[in-house]
Amino acid sequence: MADPQAKTLFDRIWENHVVGQRDAVTSLIYIDLHLIHELSSPQAFENLVLNNRKVRRPDATLAVPDHNVPTTDRDKPVKDPESALQIQLLEENTKAHGIEFFSMHDIRQGIVHIISPEQGLTQPGMSIVCGDSHTSTHGALGAWAFGIGTSEVEHVLATQTLVLRKPANMRITVKGELLNGITSKDLALHIIGVIGAKGATGHVIEYAGPVIEALSVEARMTLCNMTIEAGGRSGLVAPDDKTIRYLKGRPRAPKDGDWDKAVAFWATLKTDAGARFDKEVVVDAKKIEPQVTWGTSPEDVISISGRVPDPTHFENPERREAAKKALQYMGLKPGTLMRDILVDRVFIGSCTNSRIEDLRSAAKMIKGRRVADNIIEALVVPGSGLVKAQAEKEGLDKIFKEAGFEWREPGCSMCLGLNPDKVGPGERCASTSNRNFPGRQGPGARTHLLSPAMAAVAAIAGKLADVREYE
Amino acid sequence: MRKFETLTSWAATLPQPNIDTAQLIPARHLKTVKRDGLGRFAFEAARYDKKGESNPDFIFNQSPFDKAEILIAGANFGCGSSREHAVWALADLGIRAIISEQFADIFASNAPKNGMLLITLGRDEIAELMQRAKSKRVRINLPSQIVEIEDMQVKIPFEMDPFDKKCLLEGLDQIALTLRQNAEISTYEARWEKKTPWLFHD
Ligand code: SF4
Repeated sequence: MADPQAKTLFDRIWENHVVGQRDAVTSLIYIDLHLIHELSSPQAFENLVLNNRKVRRPDATLAVPDHNVPTTDRDKPVKDPESALQIQLLEENTKAHGIEFFSMHDIRQGIVHIISPEQGLTQPGMSIVCGDSHTSTHGALGAWAFGIGTSEVEHVLATQTLVLRKPANMRITVKGELLNGITSKDLALHIIGVIGAKGATGHVIEYAGPVIEALSVEARMTLCNMTIEAGGRSGLVAPDDKTIRYLKGRPRAPKDGDWDKAVAFWATLKTDAGARFDKEVVVDAKKIEPQVTWGTSPEDVISISGRVPDPTHFENPERREAAKKALQYMGLKPGTLMRDILVDRVFIGSCTNSRIEDLRSAAKMIKGRRVADNIIEALVVPGSGLVKAQAEKEGLDKIFKEAGFEWREPGCSMCLGLNPDKVGPGERCASTSNRNFPGRQGPGARTHLLSPAMAAVAAIAGKLADVREYE
Repeated sequence: MRKFETLTSWAATLPQPNIDTAQLIPARHLKTVKRDGLGRFAFEAARYDKKGESNPDFIFNQSPFDKAEILIAGANFGCGSSREHAVWALADLGIRAIISEQFADIFASNAPKNGMLLITLGRDEIAELMQRAKSKRVRINLPSQIVEIEDMQVKIPFEMDPFDKKCLLEGLDQIALTLRQNAEISTYEARWEKKTPWLFHD
């Protein structure tokens, strides 16, 4: 029975951050950490200065260029003048306002959602925002983290708060266990397939159950990262011993006496038994096979053993229309075996899958094998300078390079193709990123989302392939 | 911010669901450091063919909908990225109000901050509006929260967040409003710092 006094983890974090009530439905909410990058911030700083306002908490703000940084020739000036200007403005704006900035030449630079947990800045129970929808990633450590637009970036800079309406609570409980070769990326894609691209709109998702508890903190990041693709602005996992072990000793984690206090506080961050959720979904992990998308929305997902669906089989008329359009864009025929689809490019990277565990899992598949001849380009783009250094220490870079992969400098890269890393018109890319929208990786680009291990075997096979046959 | 009270206009219709932010404005146009002039990139892939010519099949290239200030769209409108450029591009194209069954969360919070009204209606109401908007103009009255077809055959009330409504009607600067609560924020900070001192560094 639902207990009216019982609270969810998110209820607790929300209550902790209410500065005051605005009106019957909106509250003023305090923000603990604000992450900034070059793409969504220039207009916010411009307005701030125009209105003669100051940054309220520079000490709670960190900036890093990631979206359009080049992944080669870091010692040379950025070629594209627009990208160069955005990167330069980020540096100037943060300097003018006393905000810490990790430059492109700093080993700590990387994709904003990779570097904050890596530095230990992302911690349980915090409210975290960034002008980027994949801010949901940080929920893996039990933080309430969500993407905001540029007006909100400006609002947080000036006030350290946001005016919000409380989102609803949703819980996704994952039972059973993930079978061999199945990763949290497959789980994330499967969940989006089940609840749809708008299944979590207006909700904060708490991921729970034995499978979530068994996931590493990095694997939880992949899952929380993809929450936005199901419509949820944030997804989170209750902090546990793994979270604490992950954070211990990181540069920005609490120190000395604060550490014990923080650990004691984090222990209070959980959902009460009997707490009420507005929506509950239960997923059986044992049924999940390696997942890959066939269309132009992350909800267009199927098992690698499946076939491209026939749009006329969809009951909902809108979905039917959308599927028809998607197949046209993707250049696919209904009934084609997914594993018969040839690919032109492979991209291993993005805030979804560019952490050390992702690179290890891809390298394991690639070791001693070669990228197929039909592949134009296979890229590995580590999520941060520190991930890159760790991978090199483990010799992963050699495995990738010997197989024919390119080993690059950290950034968003081919996830959205703002720097020179793009997928050409009509080309097909097996990508570990998070969005297969039309034109996402370049105009006319065709994206198939999958896990790092699946991307690795696609590179070897030259087509979509089943990771379970390569182990 | 521009005030919003009432609006009568032709309404363009885009019935497909999941119109994402990359369709609203492709990422390559986010490399601007300004907010204005983005209207020419709105719906770029659908609006122009490969040679850059207007695609006559796209509704915003058809008279009288090329002047539409209202858009009626399929569910999950604005899903995907947090880019406020999507709102700026639509606003620059002339759109002042969007009607859909459901808006993506971040888009829904970005739009009203730029004077753009979002109206959420039921599936059947949307279907009827889309049908009638082909031949009649649509009228929106924000103070009384009503959408109607010009010939008055259809009159639909809508729900609205009171805070967003107030900001739109009065064209309020939300940051100025929040800054009035400065003392309250400071009180909160002192309390929160006591509880979580590790979140405060000087
Ligand atoms: S890697 Fe892709 S999804 Fe992640 S922040 Fe960068 S552009 Fe966005």
